[in-house]
Amino acid sequence: MSFMKDITPLVRNNFLSGIDVLSRRAAQITVEIQQGERTNYNKVLDLSSGDLHRGGIKPITFVRQVLAACFYPALLEDDSLPLDVKQRAEILLSECDGGSIGSYTDSSGIAKIKLCVSQYITRRDGGVPSSPDNIFIKSGSQTALMIMLKLLIRSKDSCQTGVLIPVPTYASFTLALEEQGAAIIPYHLCEEQGWTLHVEELRKALHTGRKTCNPVALYICNPGNPTGHMQSRKSIEEVIRFAAEEKLFILADEVYQSCVYGDDTEFYSYKKVLSEMGSTISSTVELASFNSVSKGFMGECGLRGGYVELVNLDPAVKEYARRLFSTRSCPPVIGQIALDLMADPPKPGDPSFPTFSEEAQSIKNMICKNTGRIQEVFSELPGISCQPLKAGFFVFPCLHFPPKAIKWAKKRQMEPDMLYCLHLLEETGLHVRPGCEYGQRKDSHHIRLFVATQQNIMEDALQRLKTFHMRFMKEFS
Amino acid sequence: MTKSNQKRFTQAIIRKGIYGDTMTENGCQYRERVLTMDTMNPNVKRVEYAVRGPIVQRAVQIERELKMGIKKPFTEVIKANIGDCHAMGQKPITFFRQVLALCAYPDLLEDSKFPEDAKSRAHRILQACGGGSLGAYSTSQGIEMIRQDIARYIERRDGGITCDPDNIYLFTGASDAIVYPLYSAALAELAAVQISYYLDEDNCWSLDISELRRALQEAKKHCSPRALCIINPGNPTGQVQSRQCIEDVIRFAAAEKLFLMADEVYQDNIYADGCKFHSFKKVLFEMGLEYSEKVELASFHSTSKCYMGECGFRGGYMEVVNLDPEVKVQLTKLVSVRLCPPVPGQALLDVVVNPPQPDEPSYDTFIKERTDTLAALGEKANMTQEILNQVPGIKCNPVQGAMYTFPRIHLPPKAILEAKEKGQTPDMFYCMKLLEETGICLVPGSGFGQRDGTYHFRMTILPPKEKLKIVLAKIKEFQQHFMEQYS
Repeated sequence: MSFMKDITPLVRNNFLSGIDVLSRRAAQITVEIQQGERTNYNKVLDLSSGDLHRGGIKPITFVRQVLAACFYPALLEDDSLPLDVKQRAEILLSECDGGSIGSYTDSSGIAKIKLCVSQYITRRDGGVPSSPDNIFIKSGSQTALMIMLKLLIRSKDSCQTGVLIPVPTYASFTLALEEQGAAIIPYHLCEEQGWTLHVEELRKALHTGRKTCNPVALYICNPGNPTGHMQSRKSIEEVIRFAAEEKLFILADEVYQSCVYGDDTEFYSYKKVLSEMGSTISSTVELASFNSVSKGFMGECGLRGGYVELVNLDPAVKEYARRLFSTRSCPPVIGQIALDLMADPPKPGDPSFPTFSEEAQSIKNMICKNTGRIQEVFSELPGISCQPLKAGFFVFPCLHFPPKAIKWAKKRQMEPDMLYCLHLLEETGLHVRPGCEYGQRKDSHHIRLFVATQQNIMEDALQRLKTFHMRFMKEFS
Repeated sequence: MTKSNQKRFTQAIIRKGIYGDTMTENGCQYRERVLTMDTMNPNVKRVEYAVRGPIVQRAVQIERELKMGIKKPFTEVIKANIGDCHAMGQKPITFFRQVLALCAYPDLLEDSKFPEDAKSRAHRILQACGGGSLGAYSTSQGIEMIRQDIARYIERRDGGITCDPDNIYLFTGASDAIVYPLYSAALAELAAVQISYYLDEDNCWSLDISELRRALQEAKKHCSPRALCIINPGNPTGQVQSRQCIEDVIRFAAAEKLFLMADEVYQDNIYADGCKFHSFKKVLFEMGLEYSEKVELASFHSTSKCYMGECGFRGGYMEVVNLDPEVKVQLTKLVSVRLCPPVPGQALLDVVVNPPQPDEPSYDTFIKERTDTLAALGEKANMTQEILNQVPGIKCNPVQGAMYTFPRIHLPPKAILEAKEKGQTPDMFYCMKLLEETGICLVPGSGFGQRDGTYHFRMTILPPKEKLKIVLAKIKEFQQHFMEQYS
């Protein structure tokens, strides 16, 4: 018997047993298919995770050419690579010690790249200044978010530190909060109005939260995952004012900022809106804003590149934040380079611009077509509806289960949408995630569908879903 | 009501708005922030990291000053503080970089300038990646094919002892892995207590079991010791554990019910005659079932050191041995909460454990590059030890392995006094002065721990041979001058 069985209760209490069931089954089915044991379909269609490349989308050519030249600088002598690729690779290599991407870099990231990111932010926000000193590059936005949580959460206090989080929110974040010893204060997004954030709901949640914990932070995901919602400028102002009044630290997860599709939608960064709200608020409300190379047209999840920009932090605290950000040597250099390319892509006039522009635009067009198709298909199906997709990579359709279906799930001691997903996977090979993983209002059910995939794959998925859904609704009517 | 509760109560009242007018937009100019030194997580204050601490900050500052044209007694800062091979001019292994370039931009698979063996490895790696791209997420534990390849590498290294790929976890560098069980700066974050045991400087920095025992007994008075960390080859000391020593450590860990953590990232960096790398796992499995079935072990390796020196890739893995199955489930779940380790780092690990074979086109170049790199390090290890031992006031143990030397410096009492007045540890005082006068950046021994009243510095042996000679000469000169000044 190992003493290690006595591991920290904090770790042990964590994990919802249901989380792996679906993925495990998907993996098993893949094996069964390989071994010829399945005849109803020949491939698992995986729309469960937000992974652009896994879904069959090709990486941006300019990005991969620069990376290749950085890996193997002999390519700089190659005629096949465009001039702007070589120039960028040369500049980036010159910023690395010994001219090699194999060297350690500064723990907060290569200075030139932080500068590039700060310039990107300034351009994005129409001139609002951004300093590289407030930017910390990490191996993904989640890593940076975890470090901010470490700063904020006093796990040893008898009164737990509270963090307001939206419902729905993605599962691993909830788990991470629990692991760090935070109290989760959920606030519900309003599905009927396209998953909007109402400040009244925030107020209600905070009031309840204060009874049992010490709320210090408000986590926002904008554009939203899994909802695909985007906040209006007015909504952002209201939230900021709320945070100012109630003394909350804003954690703004903005990783989907470059995935905006709605006709009349525009992304407003929390920082920009904050900067335009009068000197008292704009100089005192503390904000951490996160972005990464995993989403958007880059889709480079595997390279692990992300950053946080800190706004209005107490200088003494920022010094400690800097130390926390430096304890794990440096962020992966390739991820940092990808950030540079995201922040400073080819411009009109550059040799790589035509290809780059075409590739980025085609991803956007594809997603727009996909969501159009989703609405078309759903409009013909009973018991399934979907709020319009404004931004992000997912839709979160609502399933209206007949009472018989609810009873059936209760008998099996499982959430109805989880059971729906398991059977959907089993019968059609389509893998999507159930709403119970993200949180939802009581007695409401959803699935999360990844939409940034090739049109023919989306069509295939919709057909599988349609077939299953019709059968399901008929059986339980 | 306690003081802290009082404060919280008051803050809560303010928040709720009883002091209404402080909450309006036209309220006070400066308002107290949410996150202050008082409200932030107190554990954060304990986080320090010597290798990148104040001396490095000063070195960076000096570099800026040099760039601005400020005159100094030297023309460049030599960063002999951190184990970064490429920064010091070591060249990457050509084959590895070719494979990675092919993986990054698969169009190059049509390019005749790349050898077939590189292409076949790239092709195989890409097939194991989602969508055939390095940019797709992998599973949190790491790409299965790569873990299988690593398991086979470990089996070859350890003379056939079975390795289960399921016991391999890939991480963002070995330092990241070690948190999952634990390490120095990480200990502070996790609120665990560090128990120090001294290595024996008079015996080539060897590990002495009686010293382990002493440290353990002392510690039991105020904490529950659970893990024993060994670094072999050693950092900063460079000692290579003998097989006997490793057996003794394993026996000790078994008797005292300690979880063994073996940091083996320098396993190819062995220079001294008569020294050999013995993996903890291999020794464990040759000690009979009494130990091989019971002792829990996690061993670590990475792409950052050895002959690869690819620190920037953040590639590393951990192998766990004899973990309680339920604990392993928890470990896997803990790992699954975070996203995956960088895929380029995983890909690099795969090529490191699948290097060119004798019948392959890239073999000759690969072997030459690897041999030359390791030979150069060996030469520099010997040279460093020889030269430093000729300097009065410096005593240097043989650099048996790894990448550093950790010489003892004898500081005159006057120097120690001045250091105290400046509020610095004596070896920090020494290293700062060395930096200001010669531009050489080292790490004071106080950053690593040392016996009371002794002082050391850690220097890497990585600069190119000619530059290293100059560095050593400058240190010699500085030491003589220092002794004269403070005698």
